[in-house]
Amino acid sequence: MSTHADSALAHHFESFEQQRTAASLGMWLFLAQELMFFGGLFTCYLIYRSLNSLDFAIASSELDITLGGINTAVLITSSLTMALGVKAAQLAKKNQLIGYLLATILLACCFLVIKYFEYAAKFEHHTVPGQHFEFHVPPDLIEKFELGPERLVQMEKRAEIFFSVYFAMTGLHGLHVLIGIGIAIWLLFPASRGKFNMDYHAPVENFGLYWHFVDLVWIFLFPLLYLLGRNIHA
Amino acid sequence: MSAHTDTYDPKVNYLNTDWSIKSWLLTLDHKRIAWLYLVSISGFFVLGGIFALLIRLELLTPQGDLLSPDGYNRVFTQHGVLMIFLFLIPSIPAVLGNFLVPLMCGAIDVAFPRLNLASWYIYTIGGILIVIALITGGVDTGWTFYTPLSSTYANSQVMFVALGVFIAGFSSILTGLNFLVTIHTMRAPGLTWGRLPLFLWGTYATSLINVLGTPVVAITIGLVGAERTLGLGIFDPALGGDPVLFQHLFWFYSHPAVYIMILPAFGVISELISAFSRKRVFGYSFIAASSVGIAVLGFIVWAHHLFTTGMSVYAATVFSALTMLIAVPTAVKMINWTTTMYQGAVKWDTPMLYAVGFLGLFLIGGLTGVMLATLGIDIHVHDTYFVVAHFHYVMVGGAIMGFLGGLHFWWPKMTGRLYPESFSKVSAVLIFVGFNATFFPQFILGYMGMPRRYHAYPEEFQVLNIFSTAGASILGVGYLLPLVYFTWSIVAGKKAPENPWGAMGLEWRIPSPPPTENFVKEPVITDAYDYEHEILKEQIEEIARDEAAAVPSTA
Amino acid sequence: MIELIKGYLPNILDNLPLLPEQASTIAAEVDLLTLAWTAISFVSGTIVVAVALYFGIRYRRRYATQVGGHETHAPAVEIVSMLIPFVACMAMFVWGTKVFVDMRRIPPDAVEYFAFGKQWMWKIQHPNGLREINDFTIPVDTPIKLTMTSEDVIHSFFIPAFRVKQDVLPGRYTTMWFEATELGEFHLFCAEYCGSEHSYMGGTVTVLSQEDYQDFLNQESPERGSPVSGGRELFTSLACVTCHQEADNARGPSLRGVYGREVQLASGTSVVVDDAYLRESIVNPRAKMRSGYMPLMPTFEGQVTEEQLHDLVSYIKTLDNTNDVAANDDDSSDDSHDSETATSVSAGG
Repeated sequence: MSTHADSALAHHFESFEQQRTAASLGMWLFLAQELMFFGGLFTCYLIYRSLNSLDFAIASSELDITLGGINTAVLITSSLTMALGVKAAQLAKKNQLIGYLLATILLACCFLVIKYFEYAAKFEHHTVPGQHFEFHVPPDLIEKFELGPERLVQMEKRAEIFFSVYFAMTGLHGLHVLIGIGIAIWLLFPASRGKFNMDYHAPVENFGLYWHFVDLVWIFLFPLLYLLGRNIHA
Repeated sequence: MSAHTDTYDPKVNYLNTDWSIKSWLLTLDHKRIAWLYLVSISGFFVLGGIFALLIRLELLTPQGDLLSPDGYNRVFTQHGVLMIFLFLIPSIPAVLGNFLVPLMCGAIDVAFPRLNLASWYIYTIGGILIVIALITGGVDTGWTFYTPLSSTYANSQVMFVALGVFIAGFSSILTGLNFLVTIHTMRAPGLTWGRLPLFLWGTYATSLINVLGTPVVAITIGLVGAERTLGLGIFDPALGGDPVLFQHLFWFYSHPAVYIMILPAFGVISELISAFSRKRVFGYSFIAASSVGIAVLGFIVWAHHLFTTGMSVYAATVFSALTMLIAVPTAVKMINWTTTMYQGAVKWDTPMLYAVGFLGLFLIGGLTGVMLATLGIDIHVHDTYFVVAHFHYVMVGGAIMGFLGGLHFWWPKMTGRLYPESFSKVSAVLIFVGFNATFFPQFILGYMGMPRRYHAYPEEFQVLNIFSTAGASILGVGYLLPLVYFTWSIVAGKKAPENPWGAMGLEWRIPSPPPTENFVKEPVITDAYDYEHEILKEQIEEIARDEAAAVPSTA
Repeated sequence: MIELIKGYLPNILDNLPLLPEQASTIAAEVDLLTLAWTAISFVSGTIVVAVALYFGIRYRRRYATQVGGHETHAPAVEIVSMLIPFVACMAMFVWGTKVFVDMRRIPPDAVEYFAFGKQWMWKIQHPNGLREINDFTIPVDTPIKLTMTSEDVIHSFFIPAFRVKQDVLPGRYTTMWFEATELGEFHLFCAEYCGSEHSYMGGTVTVLSQEDYQDFLNQESPERGSPVSGGRELFTSLACVTCHQEADNARGPSLRGVYGREVQLASGTSVVVDDAYLRESIVNPRAKMRSGYMPLMPTFEGQVTEEQLHDLVSYIKTLDNTNDVAANDDDSSDDSHDSETATSVSAGG
């Protein structure tokens, strides 16, 4: 294995060009894989939503739209800092890159902290699926839709499905954010050694792609889980 | 690459370059990683085979007398889980694919060697979790994990197995990703898509399914795990969840998974028939296109596993018609393989025996597949031994025959040793005969109405079950033989020349076993099936001289 | 054409030991389909294998340096190898779908039975309320409609001699039908793996002549009233009757004559009222709202058992446009059982 000057070029590649194409194609395929991974959950969500639209609308109106909205802004901003970071890596601007990576990490942590408060509230209100699950339809909605006691029992069950889907989707998304933070921290080391330049910046670029994907998933999750059916109280 | 030429020592190859255990466990060499997989999948194959043996022994008598009902349920579940997730899915792609994809591309390694090693570790972790499940009580949900049985009612180690399958799934996702990138970006200059060996086309199609299908089953089985541990209730009918949704998601992957197992075998068979006919494969572009066609079609036929769930007549009709379409690319392959032999120079060495055996068995598997796609017949034979026989013809008769054929073909390249041809021919015949004796009676059993996963059965089914068990014992011996003579050949086999078969293909123009860096000289890219090429002439003449020396009286 | 072939086949079918008994109207159709494809498979398979072996032997390598010829392209071969399987498979598809539609199209005069699957037994309920466990006694030459549901995991109701199979799912109804043509005893299996005792979840289907079946019904006294009378009790005790009255009113539509009719839904589409729709409307009234009505009805999910649901559905089905039919139907079961039903409902409710 070659360990001399051009150590950034792995021994089995002919050129930087080939290495970069390979890395970028690999990343896109990985994202395709991720898309199918989340796709299974989105399918579950769409099917249940179409079967139980009122139940899901009522259950989803329990979610905290303020925290969700802030989180959306936080994540979109982190995508911006990441995009700037990729630019900095390409221009071999070491300090800028470190700064943008740190900003991205900070925003991602911020996202998770807010998510923690959201989850904690759900534990408090017993809207976590399982034995202790409880769901109370707000009185104004009971009145508005003239929900009988039996319908309320049914609605509690459907709400449990909603929260199952909610936790599965946001949990998996949160896990991706967590992994993203890990990779960003790991990237700080080569970044601080000034390893990235015009020829070699694939790790930063690919992490950028990953991060935008994570952001994009949230951009679908937020309206589907938080916004759809919000007008139910109106 | 040229840097290596100066220091090349023909005595050093990828096997003997370093003997330490560490050099194996931390290797980034795709050829050594192939060996890591070969050893692990062989272990799981033996384990899965023992469970198969227990199934056949139990079914010798109509009463459930050898195992308890729960014991039997665990045995067939574990047989399925081990064979499918830990043996068949990684068999050809991870062993032969890892060894051959870079060689056939004219590359030094796969695109991401570290990821490749990581894939093996991920696979091993998945495998260990499943073995832990076996040791701590086993699992009894069937390999299909149907809800709500798996999520709510089963009391066995579903969690470990679900987690194991989930994790092992990422191994095949990452391996598929690695191959796709390798085939796209690492081909030697001159190796155009139209010159790609058909094994690579098969691997390419398989990898597409790995990358796009496996994540869906991973998340689905992940959700079953979450239902059991975290109390989520996505498929729980008590809450209004839909257990049939699980089946849709499960088969969205698991039907394409059948093609994960069979497409690489198609690739192997194309190589074998061409090499042993010493003739360009017939209808190259049709075989290549049909592989990709099957991969694409494979994604839109999954609901044919659900015809009896009470799905709407319209949906059933559409899925039945789509499933029928798969017969077309499959038939194209069969016919082209057959016509490849036309005007060929056919030699019946062991790999060719496997290839022709594959033709016969896969033909039966495919034709009975059409019966299962026919709605009127499927309702009767669904979930009976007919289905069991069908998928064993496809997966064992197809995928394992392909794997063994390929292993025999490339064994001299992988080890630098020849195996005893007489033994290997005997084992090929034993496997063919034993396989048919085991599984053909099951078609009849199934049509007679014997449901699958039955531990005890009505007495009139016993005769055919005895046939099947007797066949299984022949099959077992057939599978044991290669294990013995392959092991023996590593130690004491005759040294293999560069190209023992006189086959075309880049891998046959480097030493056996290859050096670590694969190609000492820049590889000369030619058509993969041009049997009249100058390059081959010398090698073929050398083989002829060797043969003449071995048999003094040449007729 | 098919009819013509059929005319010749019965003799062959009767003497072929490899097929299970043909004991239903659909069995012969399925077997004919199977035999037709088996014949096609046998011929085409033999041709392919014979050609492969012929090529393999005719063109075997005669000297060690021999290489093959140049024949590697033939559009005709490719076209034929695509066209023949395509045509054959499409023919199978059309024919198979026709048989499938016959399996799924339930004759209007079918007699209704009910089956519950649970780990690990089948509970069968006859139209008069008679119950059997793992045994299923039916009259010959009578179309029988079976409505099924599961109390736990997925099961599958399978009678090989009738060539019919239908999965049985928790939380919803599935239906199947068959008409037995032979007297005798046949296997009943659970075909969907359902846990420990899966292989023992089954029993015997006994086909009796019409007279014997009547005798059987008379000997075995039903454990409870007929589903219809039970359903009528429930219809009152659950206060369904307060909204669903004799005529449509503001609170709810009349259920008289609704079964089998096509009704308009609030979503703009329409639906034919069948068992599954009635069941769904009881447990999840909002799923398919009738147009012109407010969503007032409460759900009864969890309030009534599957058996009670079946009773209710059975009762609603008897409400047709003539006023006295519900009472007439009740004549078949004697009145002493009605009081039992009332007790069991109040005890359960």
